Amino acid sequence: MTIIDQSVADAAAAPAVPAYRLAGVVKTYRQKGREVRALAGVDLEIAAGDFVTIQGPTGGGKSTLLQLLGALDVPTDGHVLIGEADLATASRGDLERVRAREIGFVFQAFNLIPTLTAAENVAMGLEPLGLQPADRDIRVTDALARVGLSDRGDHRPGELSGGQQQRVAIARAIAKQPQVLLADEPTGNLDESMRDEILGVLEGLNAGGLTLIVVTHDSAVARRARRRLRLDRGTIRDITR
Amino acid sequence: MYWTYLRRELSGRKKQTAIVAIGMSIAVALVIIVNALSAGVSDAQAQALESVYGVGTDLTVTGAQAEPGEGGGPRFDFDEEGGQIGDDGTTTLTQSRLTTDMMRGTLDASTLDSVTAIDGVAAASGALSLTNMTFSGELPQAPGDAAGTDGTQQQMPQGDQGGGQSGGGGFGGGSFGVDSFSVLGIDPGDTSVGPLSAVTLSEGRALESADAGTEVAVLDATYAASADLAVGDTMDIGGATFEVVGLVASASSDADTASNVYIPLDVAQELSGAGDVVSTIYVQAASSDQISAVQTALQEELPDATVSSQADLASTVSGSLSSAGSLITNLGTWLSIIVLVVAVALAVLFTISGISRRTRELGTLKAIGWSNSRVVGQVAGESVVQAFIGGVAGVVLGLIGVTIINVVAPTISSAPAAFGGQTGPGGGSGDGGGPGMGGGGFGTIAQTATDIVLHAPLSLWIVVAALLLAVVGGLVAGAFGGWRAAKLSPAEALRAVA
Repeated sequence: MTIIDQSVADAAAAPAVPAYRLAGVVKTYRQKGREVRALAGVDLEIAAGDFVTIQGPTGGGKSTLLQLLGALDVPTDGHVLIGEADLATASRGDLERVRAREIGFVFQAFNLIPTLTAAENVAMGLEPLGLQPADRDIRVTDALARVGLSDRGDHRPGELSGGQQQRVAIARAIAKQPQVLLADEPTGNLDESMRDEILGVLEGLNAGGLTLIVVTHDSAVARRARRRLRLDRGTIRDITR
Repeated sequence: MYWTYLRRELSGRKKQTAIVAIGMSIAVALVIIVNALSAGVSDAQAQALESVYGVGTDLTVTGAQAEPGEGGGPRFDFDEEGGQIGDDGTTTLTQSRLTTDMMRGTLDASTLDSVTAIDGVAAASGALSLTNMTFSGELPQAPGDAAGTDGTQQQMPQGDQGGGQSGGGGFGGGSFGVDSFSVLGIDPGDTSVGPLSAVTLSEGRALESADAGTEVAVLDATYAASADLAVGDTMDIGGATFEVVGLVASASSDADTASNVYIPLDVAQELSGAGDVVSTIYVQAASSDQISAVQTALQEELPDATVSSQADLASTVSGSLSSAGSLITNLGTWLSIIVLVVAVALAVLFTISGISRRTRELGTLKAIGWSNSRVVGQVAGESVVQAFIGGVAGVVLGLIGVTIINVVAPTISSAPAAFGGQTGPGGGSGDGGGPGMGGGGFGTIAQTATDIVLHAPLSLWIVVAALLLAVVGGLVAGAFGGWRAAKLSPAEALRAVA
């Protein structure tokens, strides 16, 4: 059964191309000599501009699904379409191009490069675009401003709080002006006040039209989403109420 | 961002960068020093050979080596009227002989024409290597003999008493000794090839064509100083009195010329009784490309002679110069190779371990859109820069080492085998040589020992080549690291650290 976002389907405007369409996606991989079936036939549509959370128990396949959506991996079977491009049959070069231009990624542990400043970390996300230095600097400044860190550009990650580091990671992800922002437990390493701070930033970006897909354990985060999905033992269901 | 990221990464792991750079710098410094020393030893060998064979001598032709047992020692025969009796009855004996090298045969002088006629020979000249041996001594009045008041000669020990006798012949109290110096008979009209092409005139004049047949001599300046001889003096050579007309010195300030004394060839041939012969023919090829062909042609034309090239002559260089050359070539080269391999291996290991440590970082870069080639390029660039830093430090270290060698300027001895052949044991006693001649005399006398100052010349290409070696080492390490980075799947990398 394909999970379709009905609210978008009922819209009077001409139907927009979904941000994602997944059909019969299966993903297995070997781990410590065992074959692990992370996804067991997922059918899903995510509308452009939507805010979706994916919840579920540990080992349920959430991170695997996020990696497929992020063009970091390809499904063992099935199709993953981002716009009109099928990631399942894309070459390595095509996947690299999709990751470079279409998708922004935010990690639980921030994954910033500790030897670079905040501005330089953001610039690293723009490297694949091959921009002129002047254009690159403008985008870096703009991205830091959108996450409220204009005055922290020359600070290294070690000099920033957890929340600030995550905002730098978000700035890195959005600087390239992607279609989709994928976040894997973006508030997992943050306390409550910082969590709200980050969620506020993400909601603001979503309000501007950015498709937001967040994997989270945190119900408080999930409640802020327009649509909630649950992934358990490789199968997905919509739990939005 | 490439250089910013690279710079920050290397600064962030200073210890690793330092270890790789130190390893590479030692290797590069060794390469520079060993190569410079090799060049210095080659120059020293060439210098040693030049002092003996002259500038422009590409080949030498010498007679065949004598078989063991052939050749005899010089004979010093004193007849009843030989010697002078003093008032106390002491008999003073002195005699000079001019002899060829007993251990190597001579060549007929007409061989020079055959050599000159060979295609590819630009110039050739012949020389006769001789040794002037002067026997001098005193014999006391024999006990029981009539006093020599009427001046009559006492009975003298005959020369055929065999070798090995030294000191007085049975009466005790006598003393005698043998002095020697080297003599080279050369063609006075042609000194463009041969030992005198590498000398400078320090006093008087050189030998000229008009000196043929005349008893005139040119001396090596160092020998002249030790023998207290000057231009205008006379000296006994082979029993004849020669006038010293000039002094020559080696073009190298650190070596002597090939011989102590130079006289006209025809005079040398006559005085020595050797006949119309030469001991060595010096050959200059028309070009360096033709040396090998000329050597082959000469060997075919003169099957009984020994034809030696510069490389063959270089192998005759003995002494500490030869030892230094072997040490640098063998030990030095292998040490450089081993250290370079170890340095590159260190760089490879550190690069690969760095990739493992940076799994999340590199996985993140791929996740945010960096292509595989971009990541590989970054990793390889870090390795190359690390190695380049080591290379530059190695060049500085190498230059310091070479400078120290050139400042210290060690003196090493070399003894190229003069007069065209290997030296051999001294004169035998085949037909009853003179008394007191002992083995080893002629062989050691015939060798020209020179002290050469060892320098370590540096050329730009050695420095560039050594630096390039370091860069190549970095590329090798970068290739290994890049291969590991390329294999890294972003999904697995992020799963591994999740």
